[in-house]
Amino acid sequence: MTAASIQLELTPATQYLLRIGDSCLILAQRISEWCGHAPVLEEDIAMSNIALDLIGQARAVLTRAGEVEGRSHDEDQLAFLRQERDYFNVTLAELPRGDFANAVLRNTMAATWLKLLWERLAMESKDEELRAIAAKAVKEARYHQQHSGDWVVRLGDGTDESRQRMEAALASLWRFAAELFDTDAADEAAADAGWGPRWSELKAPWQAEMQQILSEAGLTMPAESKFQSDGKRGRHSEHMGFILADMQYLQRAFPGGVW
Amino acid sequence: MSDINKEWPLWEVFVRSKAGLDHKHCGSLHAADAKMAIQMARDVYTRRQEGCSVWVVQSDQIVASDPGDKDMYFDPAEDKVYRHPTFYQLPKAVDHM
Repeated sequence: MTAASIQLELTPATQYLLRIGDSCLILAQRISEWCGHAPVLEEDIAMSNIALDLIGQARAVLTRAGEVEGRSHDEDQLAFLRQERDYFNVTLAELPRGDFANAVLRNTMAATWLKLLWERLAMESKDEELRAIAAKAVKEARYHQQHSGDWVVRLGDGTDESRQRMEAALASLWRFAAELFDTDAADEAAADAGWGPRWSELKAPWQAEMQQILSEAGLTMPAESKFQSDGKRGRHSEHMGFILADMQYLQRAFPGGVW
Repeated sequence: MSDINKEWPLWEVFVRSKAGLDHKHCGSLHAADAKMAIQMARDVYTRRQEGCSVWVVQSDQIVASDPGDKDMYFDPAEDKVYRHPTFYQLPKAVDHM
């Protein structure tokens, strides 16, 4: 017998929370693909640490999303038993692993964004639970940003090959940044209800921090793209189905399996 | 293909487990420079709450005694029991010395 998908009771509040929790969850899964494959042992452990931090954040936020949804869905059901369209992570999180330059740039973009989001949530969310989750997560995100950002600087300001790879990573990833800051009815309604900031408010500080890292790396910040990815509205790239298949197989095939 | 000169230098890592205690040597790692060495030390050696502070020092900066001098340096202390303060009666108040 296989496990059936759960049906979500989607409100702006649950969607706001799932966008955050799912972005952490899917990014963690992607980063964990580096386990055993990073260029050096020390970095292998550092990447695994980042992935585990993100899993911890995802667990806390998904648990809270389940409580707010009010249909008794726990973190495991939310993580493993949804259909693709019911995941609301930003597309940036689900893109394939790529090379190491791609990994450190994506991690820097995501960590800078999450750090700014956690800082705001920790201060101003009306939800005590979310404030507490954010207060803990922001310490982790600060380190993720520093560690990954340092790599962007090293590689951007490194050899010819490392700079070319960083430029290629920028060319391929930068267009997915727009999604981190666009707004829609769910975002507006959740922000009006006091859950947290409108994501659009994070755009200016994000660009300023990324500009600083890229300048130090001797890299040029690409122009804003008109391309609009839509993962946070449940419309994912072609890569999403494969990562979900990896993640969900065990819980689908052996419902409730634990070890 | 591996060029020994391109290998990152080796660093020794010292971790302080809590405020007030000393930094203890706990291992080594490779890193390109001091900043990276501190981050790697944090990631490799403190991920299970082992510490609240780390020191790193490049391994080739450590001056060590020569193993060939071991007999001359350390064996003579063997029969000098009088150097241990075991012949004194300690007051109760300092019982844990």
